[in-house]
Amino acid sequence: MSDLAVAPVQNQKPSLWARYTSANPLLIAALALVLGLIFGAIVIAATTPVVLDAWRSIFHHWDGLPHAINVTFNNVGAAYRAIFTGSVIDPQGFWHSLTTGRGWPNTLTPISETLTYATPLVIVSIGVGIAFQTGLFNIGANGQAVIGGIAGTVIGSMINLPTFIHLPFSLIGAIVGGMVCGALPGVLKAYTGAHEVIVTLMFNYVTYAFLLFAVLSTPFQQPGQSNDISRTLDPSAVLSPLFGTSSGLRVSYGIFVAIAVVVFAWWLLDRSSLGFDFRVAGANPSAARASGINARYVIIASFLISGGLAGLAGFVQVASTTHYIDGGFLIGNAGIGFTAITVALLGRNRPMGIVWASLLFAALSVGGRNMQASTGIPLDLATVIQSAIVLFVATPVLVKEVFRLKKAPASSLQIATTGWGT
Amino acid sequence: MQLELRGITKQFGSLTANDHISLTVEPGQIHSLLGENGAGKSTLMNVLFGLLHPDDGEILIDGEVVKFADSGDAVRRGIGMVHQHFMLVPVFSVAENVVLGFEPTKRLVQVDYKKANKDIRELSRQFKLEVDPDAIVESLPVGIQQRVEILKALSHDAELLILDEPTAVLTPQEIDALMAIMRSLANAGKSILFITHKLKEVKAIADVITVIRLGKVVGTAEPSASEAELATMMVGRAVQLVVEKSLFTPGANVLEVRDLVVLDDRGLVAVDHVSLDVREGEVLALAGVQGNGQTEFVEALVGMRHVESGSILLHGKEIANRTPRQALDEGLGHIPEDRQRDGLVLTMSVADNLVLNTPRKPPFASRGTRNLAAVNANAEKLVHDFDIRTSSITAPAGSLSGGNQQKVIVARELSRDLEFLVASQPTRGLDVGSIEYVHNQIIEFRNRGKGSLIVSSELDEVYALGDRIAVMYEGRISGIVDPSISRESIGLLMAGTSMEAAGV
Repeated sequence: MSDLAVAPVQNQKPSLWARYTSANPLLIAALALVLGLIFGAIVIAATTPVVLDAWRSIFHHWDGLPHAINVTFNNVGAAYRAIFTGSVIDPQGFWHSLTTGRGWPNTLTPISETLTYATPLVIVSIGVGIAFQTGLFNIGANGQAVIGGIAGTVIGSMINLPTFIHLPFSLIGAIVGGMVCGALPGVLKAYTGAHEVIVTLMFNYVTYAFLLFAVLSTPFQQPGQSNDISRTLDPSAVLSPLFGTSSGLRVSYGIFVAIAVVVFAWWLLDRSSLGFDFRVAGANPSAARASGINARYVIIASFLISGGLAGLAGFVQVASTTHYIDGGFLIGNAGIGFTAITVALLGRNRPMGIVWASLLFAALSVGGRNMQASTGIPLDLATVIQSAIVLFVATPVLVKEVFRLKKAPASSLQIATTGWGT
Repeated sequence: MQLELRGITKQFGSLTANDHISLTVEPGQIHSLLGENGAGKSTLMNVLFGLLHPDDGEILIDGEVVKFADSGDAVRRGIGMVHQHFMLVPVFSVAENVVLGFEPTKRLVQVDYKKANKDIRELSRQFKLEVDPDAIVESLPVGIQQRVEILKALSHDAELLILDEPTAVLTPQEIDALMAIMRSLANAGKSILFITHKLKEVKAIADVITVIRLGKVVGTAEPSASEAELATMMVGRAVQLVVEKSLFTPGANVLEVRDLVVLDDRGLVAVDHVSLDVREGEVLALAGVQGNGQTEFVEALVGMRHVESGSILLHGKEIANRTPRQALDEGLGHIPEDRQRDGLVLTMSVADNLVLNTPRKPPFASRGTRNLAAVNANAEKLVHDFDIRTSSITAPAGSLSGGNQQKVIVARELSRDLEFLVASQPTRGLDVGSIEYVHNQIIEFRNRGKGSLIVSSELDEVYALGDRIAVMYEGRISGIVDPSISRESIGLLMAGTSMEAAGV
């Protein structure tokens, strides 16, 4: 063909500055974090009595303004400092340990807690993210995690196996439990067209009821107990702390399970033929069909993997923290299967993105507890910040407007998932 | 009305869609705006109709500078637009559609249908646009629906009509009728701006031709200019309008379709006992106005739609009701009608799209793991061989122009080991250069002794490619004819006339 055809506009490379200031997903996520923190600061200021009093006083004396601003920054600063020192590290304690060589366990506790919280969250979020990439909404990850937790705990507490295979069997049992629970909505969708959002959402309630039944039934209930508490895992089925029980740091070998899951997910999505089918089906179901991809197979396979990972996460949570299950397992604020939906969205359904998003959410949750303890600002504020960040990530247009970013290069700003499937 | 555009410029980011475009439409003149897809025709019309605001330049009506805040302003100044996709309410009557938004009322609240009907009859008579005001729009043929659109514009006292690609959906006979209407409107003193990329129509009807390319006016031409001259102006280089084909030497039957019955999405019979054969080394062109069962026929062939009865034999082997995967593995190539919906994943890379239906074929994958080096090597080769214009093989397919997106699909299909090619509207929406390229690829495939079925609603394409022409009407084959037959006869077959009556 001749060279006279339309000039390829997309060939012009933008300058480095333009590329950094154009609306790339990473920048959007970072700016959403900033906006979320600003939003949180406003909420803190508006709900802390001391701050409100200081502002009210400026109606009497105008010269109270510097004081009001000062009080506001002090309070917001204290809250955010508490979140940071409670979830990552306290610089003073760190310096003390570094110079004296003492108090390391105390110094490392915040980061250890964040990692402990993040570990199952990474696993379940990757499961949800894989379903998202296939165009499927797995709202039932929490229920699948509950079933996985029960299955793993049953094997880990009630079956006697040699030490070195007890843990692997428990982990596999958890995966299978989650898979069974995930297969159901998958099969229903594939063969009857039942909407997975409805089925998975409702199935969560079934699993909660089953959980209560399980922890109150004689074989599984803690012997000698009448409360809703299960048997305790055998020591051979526990994910033990990395630095030994005596260190007091809870961060466990579960981290390696999470790393394995990240590597698996990377391979699945970026390198495997099955993952290619998943992504094609998720991005364009019509083209998937025309390209010979079997939609039923893909839906069921994706739900099996998604459910399996959720189940695994449920047991990792048990095996690295409580070592038993009670009736409140993964209920309410602890429902990591629900948090996973927002984490997957924030991490753009990519394995590494999900790792960062999980760490951020874990840090906000763990740090939020410290904030509540040291400043009296309720833990819920951490949830407010988390939600605001996700809200801003989900509306890139808003972030672009606030920061006046340039237009994104074509299609780099795609919506994380294509919709509510059919 | 005299309309003058002076130096109209419109930019979208770094792209200049309209670059100092100037033209004048005199009263009673049919002014043709000719240009490829993406040349900036639609942008210019949207500026003229008040939907976009020009960055520079001005619009003059009868020598007076006007500014349109929105399309309402344009309508009030006597500009009417007939869109390519009709803006009609299908279940309303013609009269209801025409008065929609400007209903004549009596006693403040009641729509005065009597007056509406009377007004429409008057307009119809005045401009020889015969339409029954009481007919329900959805029951009317496309050509008549278009008249309703024109009536609607005229009822707002339009002095200048913009017709945006008005012939795209019409049969040849309907096109002739439209041309007659355009002429009578012009004779009545209306000005007409006729947007198209079809050279034949321009030559047939236009008084003046303005050619635009890449957002600029490249010149004006007289209707007496040859098609080759016009095409050269449009594309900026000499274009071969007739595909060179070697002698037609058909072999044995590759595809045999017998008594095929297929239902559409509503469960109605869309393909009604269709039988046809395609031989080795032959292109069978399937002509017909859109929506006469061609889409469902093709979907049945490639395994995407259930076959109710009948058989499809590929090399004597039954392939009816196979899955798309099985059809692909049997060597059936498919260039889908809607490339963005069925042919590509726009968010995925060009390289991935080039293996979209063969991701597991060696060497692209082994034991469940993709071999990205092989995928990329394949992409580099095809991008080079098929001259796909892309910034890189990792660029998302959605960043390519329509012509290059189509080339990705053509490259993917023709690089596979095909037995048979089914191509649906393979050049819809493509510019002249890309059309030429796609046509040559299909002919080359034919010259290798392979069979293909090309579905097209463009008669030019049907004639350019077909060794034989099958015409489909209301789900049936109304005739299979030789390409030496006249356009008029084909047109009659497309409109449902029998072979005998069509003079075949």
